[in-house]
Amino acid sequence: MPLLKSNTSADSPTTATFRLKGGLFPLTLLEISRFDAVDFEQQLRDKAAAAPGFFKQTPVVLSFDDFAGEVDTLALADILTICHSQGLLPVALRSGVESLEQQAKALSLAIMPASRVKPAPDLQIEQQTEPSEQTESSASAANQSKTEPTEPCQLELSPTDHVEINHSPSKIITTPIRSGQQVYAPGGDLIIMAAVSAGAEVLADGNIHVYGALRGRALAGVKGDSSARIFCQSLEAELVSIAGTFKVDEDLRKEHWKMPVQVGLDEQTLSITPLV
Amino acid sequence: MAKIIVVTSGKGGVGKTTTSAAISSGIAMRGHKTAVIDFDIGLRNLDIIMNCERRVVYDFVNVINGEANLRQALIKDKRAENLYILPASQTRDKDALSVEGVERVLKELADDGFEYIICDSPAGIEHGAFMAMYFADMAIVVANPEVSSVRDSDRILGILQSKSRRAEQGERVEECLLLTRYNPERVEKGEMLGVKDVEEILATKLLGVIPESETVLKASNQGIPVIHDKESPAGQAYSDAVARILGEEVEHRFMSVEQKGLFQRLFRRSA
Repeated sequence: MPLLKSNTSADSPTTATFRLKGGLFPLTLLEISRFDAVDFEQQLRDKAAAAPGFFKQTPVVLSFDDFAGEVDTLALADILTICHSQGLLPVALRSGVESLEQQAKALSLAIMPASRVKPAPDLQIEQQTEPSEQTESSASAANQSKTEPTEPCQLELSPTDHVEINHSPSKIITTPIRSGQQVYAPGGDLIIMAAVSAGAEVLADGNIHVYGALRGRALAGVKGDSSARIFCQSLEAELVSIAGTFKVDEDLRKEHWKMPVQVGLDEQTLSITPLV
Repeated sequence: MAKIIVVTSGKGGVGKTTTSAAISSGIAMRGHKTAVIDFDIGLRNLDIIMNCERRVVYDFVNVINGEANLRQALIKDKRAENLYILPASQTRDKDALSVEGVERVLKELADDGFEYIICDSPAGIEHGAFMAMYFADMAIVVANPEVSSVRDSDRILGILQSKSRRAEQGERVEECLLLTRYNPERVEKGEMLGVKDVEEILATKLLGVIPESETVLKASNQGIPVIHDKESPAGQAYSDAVARILGEEVEHRFMSVEQKGLFQRLFRRSA
């Protein structure tokens, strides 16, 4: 699953008309196992009646991994039309079947690689990155001709809410860390979107990022990872430590005080370099 | 639904009780039925500042222990019509307060139609302060413009957002900062932390700045909450703070040295 994309920004930010950013959106997989236009539409309508909130311009990925019967004879355009009529917006196809992929291209649907491993039976929601323009183009491309498909259809639709997927044990804190508080991110990075007050202590097995002033104590790589680093927007710390090597306030004040810096371990000594 | 506001600070002597008296009086004077509870069991002061010391018969602990009912213990303020005071017990200690007991009293007040309940917290971060803040919807953190007071306020804010009931339910307590004993001239000379410094350290919303004023001491000695002194800058500053609590947009005042003062000083220098 292509779950992560790196952030890419356009070369010249002054003249750029857009920029590309990675995004992570929960998408529902519509696994079609049989297809008959009448049954399909009826079953979709029933589902829509049961969960009207879900069937509102909801992007779905069409999947034919479990399709029983001749995939090649399917007309994707028909499926799209029925989906649209019930408020679903197919934005991509996942099948691995050549003929379907050809149709998907013609219909401006994105093509997702076929799943190698079968998903767990009760977990049918997948998270995939998805360019949002695709949604509109597929919507306009789909109002097209109708043909009568032959097979009966059966439809499995997964629950609506997004599934939490934890990629890393990183911990993100959005509120200030106050004096007397201690926050530890075991096994990963600690990201703090606020200031760390004097008298507070933040610790992580990995890196520590502070998007605010670091006034308390910050200890990165506490399990001995000497490649860990500390990043902060204003260095006003009482103590910084990487893998047990530390510097206190008095030494820190000499340079880069109140500046955005990163702290790393360089040959057993802490190096503090400004962030440009 | 009653709004429960705790007035807290961590550090002692910064003006919590003065603030509780002024804010509760101010809210009541604007027509809201208000109760102010002294949580400083064993060191009660609120009744002195509100000048109802001699009218105390039953107290907060009596109500918690079921020895008196709320109506018997509440003292009606003589100045502000909608204000009632629930005094602390002087002969007990803070352990007399229990979560269940405090919750019951607060609920009873809310059921009785009180719109605002002001909890005057004791200093420190122990049981008494914890009891005062536990049920709060909003916290007024009182600080003086000096480093140790600001540091203690930071500590209190941390406890508030991690140990209060709202925090336990995954919500946040609305927090705001009230800077008292502020002296713009001393800030200018660099002898005192400025509003900006404190705001930056605490990263929280400013409710108001109460200028250092002799009228505050005079008022508490006389048992008249300073907000009743409409002439004094401190009284006006508290009125502004009350307006902000009630959702009004009021521009901050008393934060810089007055222009008149500057002219006076120039005049004095040339004379």
